[in-house]
Amino acid sequence: MEPFLSLSNVSKHYAGVTALKQVDFEINPGEIHCLVGENGSGKSTLIKIISGTVHPDPGAEIKIAGEVVHGAQAIDAIHKGIQIIYQDLSLFPNLTVAENIALSQVVASRSHVVRWKTLDRIAREAMARIKVHLPLDALVGEISLAEQQLVAICRAFTSDVRLLIMDEPTASLTRKEVDALLSVVQEMQARDIATIFVSHKLDEVLRVADRVTVLRDGHKVGTYPSGELNDEKLTQLMTGKTVTYVPYTPPQSPETQEPVLEVRDLSKRGYFKNVSFQLYPGEIVGLTGLLGSGRTELALALFGVHQPDSGETLFKGRPVRFRSILEAMRNGLGYVPEDRLTQGLVMNQAVGKNITLTILDSLRNSAKLLDPRKVQESIQRWVKDLAIKVPSVESPVQTLSGGNQQRVVLAKWIATNPKVLILDGPTIGIDIAAKFAIHEIIRELAHRGLAILLISDEIPEVLQNTNRLLVMHKGYVAGEFVSSQTSVKDVQELIDHQDQ
Amino acid sequence: MTIKTSNAGVTVIKKLFSRHETFVFLAIVIFGLIITVVNPDFLTLENVFDLLKSYALMGTFAVGMLFVLISGGIDISFTAIATITGYVIAVLLLQNGEQLNIVSVFAIAGGVGVLLGIINALIIYYFNIPSIITTIATLNIYYGLLTVISKGKWLYGFPAWFGQYTQMYVFKFTAANGTSYGLSVITAFWFVLMLIAWFVLRYTVLGRSIYAMGGNSASAKRAGFNLLRLNLFVYGFMGLMAGFGSVIQALLVQTVAPNSLVGKELDVVAAVVLGGASLTGGTGSVLGTFLGVVLIAIMGNGLTLMRVPAFWYKVVIGTVILISVGASAYRRKVSARRRTIIEVE
Repeated sequence: MEPFLSLSNVSKHYAGVTALKQVDFEINPGEIHCLVGENGSGKSTLIKIISGTVHPDPGAEIKIAGEVVHGAQAIDAIHKGIQIIYQDLSLFPNLTVAENIALSQVVASRSHVVRWKTLDRIAREAMARIKVHLPLDALVGEISLAEQQLVAICRAFTSDVRLLIMDEPTASLTRKEVDALLSVVQEMQARDIATIFVSHKLDEVLRVADRVTVLRDGHKVGTYPSGELNDEKLTQLMTGKTVTYVPYTPPQSPETQEPVLEVRDLSKRGYFKNVSFQLYPGEIVGLTGLLGSGRTELALALFGVHQPDSGETLFKGRPVRFRSILEAMRNGLGYVPEDRLTQGLVMNQAVGKNITLTILDSLRNSAKLLDPRKVQESIQRWVKDLAIKVPSVESPVQTLSGGNQQRVVLAKWIATNPKVLILDGPTIGIDIAAKFAIHEIIRELAHRGLAILLISDEIPEVLQNTNRLLVMHKGYVAGEFVSSQTSVKDVQELIDHQDQ
Repeated sequence: MTIKTSNAGVTVIKKLFSRHETFVFLAIVIFGLIITVVNPDFLTLENVFDLLKSYALMGTFAVGMLFVLISGGIDISFTAIATITGYVIAVLLLQNGEQLNIVSVFAIAGGVGVLLGIINALIIYYFNIPSIITTIATLNIYYGLLTVISKGKWLYGFPAWFGQYTQMYVFKFTAANGTSYGLSVITAFWFVLMLIAWFVLRYTVLGRSIYAMGGNSASAKRAGFNLLRLNLFVYGFMGLMAGFGSVIQALLVQTVAPNSLVGKELDVVAAVVLGGASLTGGTGSVLGTFLGVVLIAIMGNGLTLMRVPAFWYKVVIGTVILISVGASAYRRKVSARRRTIIEVE
């Protein structure tokens, strides 16, 4: 069979950095091909080259349906049947759902006049293909993230797709939605549509893929039939190292200590109800549940962003009620938000400036002005402590990889010397190797006596890295587990059971 | 059956109140009532038609500005462009005015305006300089060059045919005291421009692409939109409106002066923003822009009719803009909060 797309000898250099080096890649019609690799391995560059938004260095050969293409533009790729769903979804928040789904199709058809009925029809057809229902007239900026993801997927289905590229498509979907998506992908396969699937959730990769191509540091490690791979092997290929997980155990048994944070019957109408738990120094407690189960809202209430309606919070044995983030921080509570890109970092500012942002008060000299020496010392300490890989502390945060960005956020909060650290989805959207590194840091911090509340919707992640696990559902704590004696299945069953 | 209709009525009202334009319209009604109570001369057809004629200039500029703001940019240089196009047509009218007609005057002014707008677009696109910086720079360059060349001279004494358009009406009434008034061709021209703009923005791929670019330009690029072409169109169109505006100005006052327009940029931006366009791009409508211009018009005119000292005009306008923009930001915040709760439950 002739491959639908083949790339050979593709290299790409950006101002002194090699993003890709002599990579060959091919995908057959109807194949589900997964592309995996750490951040910075060249996955996104490869996708951008396929989509025509980035041009490879001279010497590369790209063939689509057997035909050599030169200097392709994004619109040419679309004409050739290549569609991409980007991780950031690339939607227009100010336009309606129908427009978002249908507009690029209308542009590609080179028509000049927009018929709103046609837009609606295109959108409805696309929705029918993946069996979802969305409000056509709603503005995309006003619907939920999961719905936005579906809009992006519908958009790809408006044209005659030959190759669909999905960049981390499942990052913000619930399990049910992921299942629905994967079945769509498999249905496409039956219609000879090729799919490139970029994901860091290895179980998903192995579930659907025919073949897996692994990239590392801009080189291709190899392409393997997915039958020959398992989780462990894949991780090893991606990182070049063998990594094994040991369940976390706190340095001291919790029972011998006073809880650092205790919550009793905390409720907030419409968000969560009667939540009670204790958190001991040195513990990592997991908090999981579906998107919208109230986990993030609970964390925000602990951090003083929202005020709970009833119940009490004890911090180091003392009842507290934080009225503001500042008050929570001063008392030794840190919170790393779910969306680090928009909430946790000042993206265009230097790494050093981001790290010291939360502790500027303590870096002042006797004249109450910032002491440059203290600032530098502090920055150097944290960059070293958390092994943040940066060319210089003056580099803007946006130039770092996802994993390193996450370290900067962590550094920023640890610098405040908290007693309790709430981490909300600390590894969302970062690859497996960077994830390990983050997990290592979290364990190390807990080992030093910090109490950590780890919020994540990936059950394996919370099980492997915590000593206890709380499961939230519809605002309630539905269950508590001892992590080392619990399997993913146990937790999943509890959640599924709640749904019925 | 009755229940069903009343439900539909509620939805319509809800939909109306989710739109910024409704609030601007209500503000116009309230201001109109207050002014009329103080001075009944305000709500006369004569005054209304007069206002629509004299604000056709700001309205035309506002149509161009609307496109720029929706695209996510801003153009401060349009007054300088209009001053240049005004000078060009004034010089031509004075030298061989008899060979020209109104169409060619509009075409020349528009053409020069488009050219200058395209220069803005090219700088913004290729050097990737924020549009506000680019157009502040070109405002100074365009206006500076004009001052050097024209030496600040006022031009007047245009051919007679050019003067007749101010007194030309689409339809006309005669008041009891013998003066006549009606819908000026200048107002009608502005209305036609708005209709075209409305159609382009709502029913053409070009128009929707401009909204898309303003909403998320990175996505627009990925979706295969030609951003250079869109920029060229948007700033070129602003230049065209600046050119047309300069002709309207010349028609209205029969004089071209170097300092009559520059300095009024922000009034136009204010009118468009008042009408619901956002400085961050992606939103705005022709109807809203029209209402924004009307609101500014009746405030200016109304304060005069109420014999409020002219100094207060700016204070009132500023306050109204703050309230308007603040209220719509607040409504967004409320609706966002409502959404989160729905998601949780």
